[in-house]
Amino acid sequence: MAIPVQARSGNVGDRTWAWVTAIFGGLLLVVAGLILLELGRVAAPAWSHIGIVKFLFSSDWDPVQEKFGALPFIYGTLVTSAVALAIALPVSVGLALFLSEMGPRSLRTPVAYAIEVLAAIPSVIYGLWGLFVMVPWLRSPVEPFLAKTLGFLPFFQGPPIGLGYLAAGVILALMILPTVASVTIEVLKTVPPALKEGALALGATRWESIRIAVLPYARPGIIGASLLGLGRALGETMAVTMVIGNSPEIHASLFAPGYTLPAVIANEFAEATGDVHVGALAALGLVLFGITLILNAIARILVEAVARGPRGARA
Amino acid sequence: MNRLRWRKGVNAFWTMMSGAAVLAAVLPLASLLWLVISHGAPGLTPGFFTSLPTPVGEPGGGVGNAIVGTFFMVGIASLLALPVGIGAGIFLAEKGDGKLGSVVRFTSEVLSGVPSIVIGIVAYGLVVARMKHFSALAGGVALALLMVPSLARSTEEFIRLVPSALREASLALGVPAWKTSLRVILRTAMGGIVTAVLLAVARAAGETAPLLFTALNNQYWNTDPLQPTASLTVQIYNYAISPYEDWHQKAWTAALVLLLLVGLLNFAARFLSRNRLQGAPR
Repeated sequence: MAIPVQARSGNVGDRTWAWVTAIFGGLLLVVAGLILLELGRVAAPAWSHIGIVKFLFSSDWDPVQEKFGALPFIYGTLVTSAVALAIALPVSVGLALFLSEMGPRSLRTPVAYAIEVLAAIPSVIYGLWGLFVMVPWLRSPVEPFLAKTLGFLPFFQGPPIGLGYLAAGVILALMILPTVASVTIEVLKTVPPALKEGALALGATRWESIRIAVLPYARPGIIGASLLGLGRALGETMAVTMVIGNSPEIHASLFAPGYTLPAVIANEFAEATGDVHVGALAALGLVLFGITLILNAIARILVEAVARGPRGARA
Repeated sequence: MNRLRWRKGVNAFWTMMSGAAVLAAVLPLASLLWLVISHGAPGLTPGFFTSLPTPVGEPGGGVGNAIVGTFFMVGIASLLALPVGIGAGIFLAEKGDGKLGSVVRFTSEVLSGVPSIVIGIVAYGLVVARMKHFSALAGGVALALLMVPSLARSTEEFIRLVPSALREASLALGVPAWKTSLRVILRTAMGGIVTAVLLAVARAAGETAPLLFTALNNQYWNTDPLQPTASLTVQIYNYAISPYEDWHQKAWTAALVLLLLVGLLNFAARFLSRNRLQGAPR
């Protein structure tokens, strides 16, 4: 008897199919290479004119005089993302626990659906809502209230303008919420039921079983989820551009107007004056690209560590 | 006994906190949807869909050219992105367990995390800088670059949902592997792949940042791929940041149109994929 399987694996059709699919897979790699190369090419004039150290650590941004310091934008990006995460993380974990452990079952489906709607709304519509609804709300009850109660901290001082780091942070929190919450839910699903049941069997209340068994196990995954959310917050453009106030300065107060990396690219790129200005903006893009790349890689590793099992839980 | 009451109280407190978290997410969503509908609906006349933008203060006018522009650029993007994205997805699902597969999968995950504004710069370098002209083509290229990784990932997920018994049955009947892939697996996964396409198109239609300096904007009708082109999203942005009250009104109405468009695409995707997979996460 011949060995049909082997004979068939040498089949022309199968070999062609293997090649065709591999070429499609390879095309995606070509696309990725193209993105990196092109970004580097557009940014090139900036490096030769300015120098990396001066670019990253100078806070002077004046395109007319060809002064390009990225610091106010890096600062603004980090501050707004940090505010966003500080708000979104507890809310997301609460949401995830509601959907997977604590909420009444009849409410879970509609809430899960609402979160998906939140994820599907385009950024520019968040910006529109932020500009005309959230910013006035921050200006009048929220910021004066924060100034009165927490005004001794440097973050909550100065005139309540509405537009600024805080506004950008709050709108970002809302936008990254679906990401953080859905990854957190995935992570919670990987917690072995036996751990929770063990705690319950020993007489723990539902919250105690979550605190003792579920959260410690899921912690690296939740950190991963927040990093994924952070990665989204760093790169978010339109909503932030519309509410951040667009001022290339560094302020300690969250009430003050600022600027972020994506926002300055969005505002200045189309009207950039000359190669160096375009290059400097592309270099800002490269910085942004680098930060999100590193964050996403760490986040993936953490989320997968939880999925793999108990070794991740001890870390 | 007192201790137990305390513990139950703590439990009730944290249960309520999780409810509060739900409110913190749902209330802004309700406010956003309600305001877009209530502010946007009054301006929603047939003319809004068919006419060109008017200058400040002039009544009437619409975003017809921007709607056409959005469809036009999403169309260009789909032409470019669908073969690569779906092809890569097929590769990942069918032959993606080897070394090349893991490299491609990792790359597509990295790409899907790249901010859309950065993709805009890439499209600027690829098209605008070379042709010295803002154009619909550049906008389409930017959107295509955004669509490829998400298409690849969700196509892979949907193909992998096809039960392996189908493949085994086909192979056992003596059908060659390539024919099994094409005629059995892909045909079964077709609904899922269409869902993946609809989700990617919905996302692309809602993108603003990468269009700002690739397609730019245009006050007139345009179907020339080499000319600057209006889009619904950029038009909303321009109207929203303008200082004029009647343009703000138009921003809300255009936002309602965009929301309806994106909602419709998502709804269609969900309708096609019910029983298959909860829409692929970003």
